[in-house]
Amino acid sequence: MSSAVTYLAKNALVEFKAEQTFASRNLLAAEDLRDGIRLLPLALTLGWLDIRLRYRGSVLGPFWLTLSTGVMVAALGYLYAGIFHTDVHDYLPFLALSMVLWAFLSTVVGEACLAFTEAEGVIRAVRMPFFLFAIRILVRNILVLAHNVVVIAVVYVVFRLWPGWHLLLAIPGLLLWSADSLAIVLLLGGFCARFRDIPPIVASVMQIAFFVTPVIWKPEQLGSGVKLLPLNPFFDLVDVVRTPLLGGMADANVWLGAGLYSAALIAVAWLFFTRARGRIAFWI
Amino acid sequence: MSDAQILVEDISVFFPLYHASARSLKKTVMAAASGRLGKDKQRRVVVQALRDISFELNGGDRLGLIGSNGAGKTTLLRTLAGIYEPVMGRVRVQGSLNALLDASLGMNMELTGRENIMLRGLYNGLTRPELERLEEDVAEFAGLGDFLDLPVRIYSAGMVVRLGFALATAIRPQILLMDEWILAGDAEFMERARHRLEAMVRSAEILVLSSHDIGIVRAWCTRVMWLDQGRIRADGPANEVADAYAGPEPELAAVEVAG
Repeated sequence: MSSAVTYLAKNALVEFKAEQTFASRNLLAAEDLRDGIRLLPLALTLGWLDIRLRYRGSVLGPFWLTLSTGVMVAALGYLYAGIFHTDVHDYLPFLALSMVLWAFLSTVVGEACLAFTEAEGVIRAVRMPFFLFAIRILVRNILVLAHNVVVIAVVYVVFRLWPGWHLLLAIPGLLLWSADSLAIVLLLGGFCARFRDIPPIVASVMQIAFFVTPVIWKPEQLGSGVKLLPLNPFFDLVDVVRTPLLGGMADANVWLGAGLYSAALIAVAWLFFTRARGRIAFWI
Repeated sequence: MSDAQILVEDISVFFPLYHASARSLKKTVMAAASGRLGKDKQRRVVVQALRDISFELNGGDRLGLIGSNGAGKTTLLRTLAGIYEPVMGRVRVQGSLNALLDASLGMNMELTGRENIMLRGLYNGLTRPELERLEEDVAEFAGLGDFLDLPVRIYSAGMVVRLGFALATAIRPQILLMDEWILAGDAEFMERARHRLEAMVRSAEILVLSSHDIGIVRAWCTRVMWLDQGRIRADGPANEVADAYAGPEPELAAVEVAG
C-alpha cells in the first residue's frame, strides 16, 4: 500500500480586505513578486517546456529558429547592403545583431499581452503569484535568444569581427532588458486581460516601431535627425546592447534615454499592478 | 504550527461583465433570469456571485456546501483559496491550504505523466528530494507503469482520472477545499481511491466540500451551508440543513441530484 499523502502543503496566512490602503496594496504586490521569485524553479521549468512543446516532434527543434534567422540575415544583409549602397562587411553584422535583438524585444512585448490570459486555467484553479508568469516569459525568450546567438557567432567568424572586452559592456544593457521585460508583462498582461482590444493595438505599434527604429537601417543614414533618435525608447534600448556587441560604446544620451524610459515603464507597471493584481482573476 | 482557521466577514464577490457582449452573452442571460444582475458604483453590469457571506471555521470543522448550479459554491471555494479577492468584506485564511478545484491543474496533455508529476510538485514549491518521493508515491498509486513516460494525450480517460486523482491527493494540507469532481470516477477505481481520499480528509484540520451528492455531504460533513443565489439560505448541523434541502430520505436525494 502506498504511503499516500506524504507532503505538507506550505503553511500560509492569507488575508484580504476589500478596503485597501495604498500601503496594503503595495505590500500585496511586493509579496506577489517575492513569491514569484521563490517559485523560480517552476518558472524555469515552464519556460523551458514552452519551448520544447513548441518544437515537439521536429528534427531540428528550436534550431529552426537559428536556421531561419540565419537565412533571413544572409538574404536581407546582401540585399539591403546593395539597396543602401553600403559595404556588406559593415552592414551585415549590424543587421544580424539588430534582427536578433529586435526579435527578442518584439516577442516579449507580444507575449506579454497574453501572459495571464494564456495561463487562465492555472490562475483560476490555484493561487499563484502573477510574477511567476512574467519570469516564465522572460525565461522562454532568453532561451530563444540563446539559440539565435549562434547566428551572431557565425557572423563574427565570417566577417572576422571580434568586439573583445566591449562584449562585457552589453551586460548592463541586458540586465536592463530583463527588468523591462518583467515590467511590461505585469503591465500589458493585466491591461490586455481587461481590455481585449489592446493586443492588436500593441501589435501594430510594434510594427510601426520596427520601421521607425534603426533596425534594418543604420542611425547614420538619418543625417542630422540622428540627434533626435534617443527620443525613441526602442532605439535607446536596442542601442545599449547592440553598440557594445559591435565593438563600440553607446552614447551617454542613449544610456540616459534607456535609463529614463525604463524607470518610467517600471514605475507605471508597478502602479498598475498594485491596483490590478486582485482583479486579474476576474478579467481573464 | 499554528491552528488552522478560516474567518469570513460579510464578503461579497461580484463578477464584472466587461466582455459581456463578446464573450459571455449566455452568462448575462442566465444571470438576468436568476435576478442577480446589478450595477456597481461605476454603473458597470456585474453578476453578484456571493452576497454578505459570513462564517468562521476552526480546527475539526467539516463544512459541506450545497445548492443548485450557479448558487456560488465554486466561487466561495475560489475565494477561500485566494483566487478571487472579495470586493466587500474580509477573508482571513490561516494554515496550509490545498484546493482541489480543477482536475486539470498543471496537467498538460502534451507532457508525459512523469513531467506532469514534476510540474505539480514545483507548483507546490517542493524541493528536489521531495519531488522524487512525490513521483514514487504518485506513480505507485496511479499504477500507470510504462505509460508514465508517454504523453498524457494518449492516455485513456480512466488513466487520466487516476493520474489526476493521485496528484491531487499527494499533498496534505491543513485546510482542504474540494469541489465535487474529485468524487467522479468509475466505481472500481473509487473503491481504491476512497481509502486514500479519506485519509487525506481525516488528516485535514478543516474541510470545505462542495457537492451535489447529499449522501457524501451527510457522511463527511458536520456542518452544511446551503447557498442560494449567492446568499446563505441555511447554515447549521449537517443533517438538519441537508434534510431541509433535499427532504429526509438521503438515498432518494442522492439519486435525484447525483452527477
